[in-house]
Amino acid sequence: MTALLEIENLSSGYGDFQALFDVDVTVDEGETLAIIGANGAGKTTLLRTISGLVPAWSGTIRFDGRDLLRVAAHKRVGEGIAMVPEGRLLFPSLNVRENLLVGAYGRRPGTWTIERVVETFPLLEPLLDRPSSVLSGGERQAVAIGRALMANPRLILLDELSLGLAPIVVKQVYAALPAVTGAGTTALVVEQDIGLAMEVADRVTCFLEGRVSLQGTPETLGRHQITAAYFGLEQEATESTQESVNR
Amino acid sequence: MSDDTPPNGYRISRTTPESTAGLIGFGLLVLVLITLPLWDSDGSLQTPLVVILYYLALAQMWNLLAGFAGLISVGQQMFVGIGIYSLLQLAEVVGVDPFLSVLFAGVVAAAVSVPVALFAFRLEGGYFAIGSWVVAEVFRLLTTESSDLRGGDVRSLTRESLGGYSLETRTNLNYWLSLGLAVGSTLIVVFVLRSRMGLALRALRDNPAGARALGVEVTKTRLKIWILTAFWTGATGAVILLNTTSTTANSGFSVLRWTALVIFIVVIGGVGSTTGPILGVLVFWLIDKQLADAENWRFIILGAVAAVMAITAPKGLYGLLQRWRPLQFFPVRRRLVATTDGRSTG
Amino acid sequence: MSWVNAIVQGVLLGGLFALFATGLSLAFGVMRFVNLAHGDLAILGAFLAVSTTATLDINPFLSLFVVVPVMAAAGYCLQRFAFNRTIGEDPLPSILVTFGLGVVIQNALLERYTADSQGLDAGEIETRSLQLAGDIAVGWFPVIVLAVAVVVLIGLQLLLSRTRIGRAFRATSDDPATARLMGINDRNIYAVVMAIAFGTVAVAGVFLGIRQTFGPNDGPAQLIFGFEAVVIGGLGSLWGTLLGGVILGVAQTVGNQIDVEYDFLSGPLFGHLIFLAVLAFRPTGLLGARSSK
Repeated sequence: MTALLEIENLSSGYGDFQALFDVDVTVDEGETLAIIGANGAGKTTLLRTISGLVPAWSGTIRFDGRDLLRVAAHKRVGEGIAMVPEGRLLFPSLNVRENLLVGAYGRRPGTWTIERVVETFPLLEPLLDRPSSVLSGGERQAVAIGRALMANPRLILLDELSLGLAPIVVKQVYAALPAVTGAGTTALVVEQDIGLAMEVADRVTCFLEGRVSLQGTPETLGRHQITAAYFGLEQEATESTQESVNR
Repeated sequence: MSDDTPPNGYRISRTTPESTAGLIGFGLLVLVLITLPLWDSDGSLQTPLVVILYYLALAQMWNLLAGFAGLISVGQQMFVGIGIYSLLQLAEVVGVDPFLSVLFAGVVAAAVSVPVALFAFRLEGGYFAIGSWVVAEVFRLLTTESSDLRGGDVRSLTRESLGGYSLETRTNLNYWLSLGLAVGSTLIVVFVLRSRMGLALRALRDNPAGARALGVEVTKTRLKIWILTAFWTGATGAVILLNTTSTTANSGFSVLRWTALVIFIVVIGGVGSTTGPILGVLVFWLIDKQLADAENWRFIILGAVAAVMAITAPKGLYGLLQRWRPLQFFPVRRRLVATTDGRSTG
Repeated sequence: MSWVNAIVQGVLLGGLFALFATGLSLAFGVMRFVNLAHGDLAILGAFLAVSTTATLDINPFLSLFVVVPVMAAAGYCLQRFAFNRTIGEDPLPSILVTFGLGVVIQNALLERYTADSQGLDAGEIETRSLQLAGDIAVGWFPVIVLAVAVVVLIGLQLLLSRTRIGRAFRATSDDPATARLMGINDRNIYAVVMAIAFGTVAVAGVFLGIRQTFGPNDGPAQLIFGFEAVVIGGLGSLWGTLLGGVILGVAQTVGNQIDVEYDFLSGPLFGHLIFLAVLAFRPTGLLGARSSK
């Protein structure tokens, strides 16, 4: 498997505040990598640095071999990176259809169309001409994901999909994920909910206070390991225990 | 926000060595300036100085409004004009001593500022700016059309309305009034900043929503500043008339002379600082001397410099000075200073 | 009858105000940017037309083909390289820059062209008129101005609601950072918006120059009228700008009529009073959605 995204020694932050310290992350083409961690661990900062909203302080980001740090934020869509931002951030002046259309602003060639988005999220069909501000949380999340898909990305960044949504809605949203990744799209999923992350991911990386605290696959990582890495408890993270994880 | 005493072992200090030196220097300068009519026999310094001084007064007031209260007004000329015409009416029609009328002119301007605020405060930012300009225009037009004020004609202060003072006494009184307005305006800014209102203003300027959440009464605070600056600007307008002795509505309510120049002075000197307007007025004096006859070029150069500085050096000359060496000439900024070992470490 | 005539003329005058106000409204709608030089830019456009018509010996209408692109290009560059640096939370820098620019333009025009009144001669069209009912006649030229204003506003409305770039304008206006995630270059969008604003104000300026004589210091008056039209009609609404322009136009012509008959008030003053009334009783304007914040 070839690495699509290679992040080395990445540091970034906001103003005086450093959020990421020398982080290394690799994502192979076609895989789904979950990034878990508590609030403030730097997960969202990582995604925002990848998408270009936050300038990197030092380190490298290589996307398909190309140095991404030289590319301005608005050009990264053209490279094949699309983000579903934390909090959905739909455009209130645009209705649902227009939100989807603006996702395709970058005119990247590909197979995603409004019809295909509606197939993936059937709940959107009656909502296409509604103003985006009247939608429920789950509907907004669907639009936000659809909007990112319209850019025909090779890598889709999903930031805290479950945030602020009822559990049943979250289930529905995550149920649609295979339709996205099944086609070969690489996904980087940031999640606070460990269970969800473990379900969808091929690999898991845990962040703690701006640093990588644990990496592995859902099968090989034990509950205790993860909890320790998540909360920064002083437990030795034992490698590859055969402990079965509650799936 | 009831307990604002600093934590144990610390106190709040507003003084630095430079600020003490600055205050002393300022005080000495004021003393020198007060005595100026006595030693400037031919008036060659006094004449331009009067103008510089009343521009400083106008500048400090605009600085207080825009730099601290966040009220970016392009209509302050309305208070200059109101001050001018109040003095005119009081001195000519009512027969009040013109120098006393300066105070009353300020009061009239302050009174008018209240209903103006009722309208203007409904707007924010750039639209507040233009709105204040519109109100100034309304006053200009009303003054022009009024048969009592006759703003369309040139009106002058006659010898009687000027109170029967000798030319020399009048000139000196004008000068001292201007000096008083200029010094007073600077002291007002210093005192406001040192006060709780000053803290509130700074919070307001940085983040109105946050300030509101902390209990700062945004509108009341702004209104107080608005009325205060209107009073002072009106009084300055009256002094301007005492100096020029004649006026029309167009010159009394001129946006170019009483607002554009003032704004450029403050921007070049440094918005939001006490020293800035002083620096700005000095720059204005220098440029004005060179370009005495070329009024257009005066505006072009000052306007262009101010526009460029608004982007590249938003804190003006004072800001650039601060970047070079952080000095504070007036004791306004608060610092947390340790007292446990008796030495200040701020 | 002269009152009806006044109203009709006012509606037509409103077309000119609406044209002025369009650029102001668009820039504020997309970027929260208030351009205090807007009026002076119109006058600049008129003066450019004076020079163009003189040098090329053409009709002022034709000079639009020169003046509008030049002004639009200037607007793009100014926004891209200067004004963009003032966009943000603090309104002070943009107010200062545009105010300074306005003063510079006024005085530069004074230097170059002197304070003499100028006019643009569009020939016969200025005096041809159309006979309506009774003794009401409307000049062809004011009708053309109103028509152009309506066409421009319709065009802009369609641009905003139906086109890819219109969506980009609206998205950037909502959230520039997320717009960047869509591949929208917000710096460029702002510059394009300003180019359109400068272009429309250039047209307004040329039409003003045809309609009446003008001088270098006439900018602020036009800024005030454009601003009043926007506030009366409602911030954030292009149709509001047309409505506001018309209301202001009628207010001014009616005010003029009052002045003629009763020697009291004046056109512009009555317009100001109507504006203040709207501000007092309906601050968001007649069709306005957003607040002025």
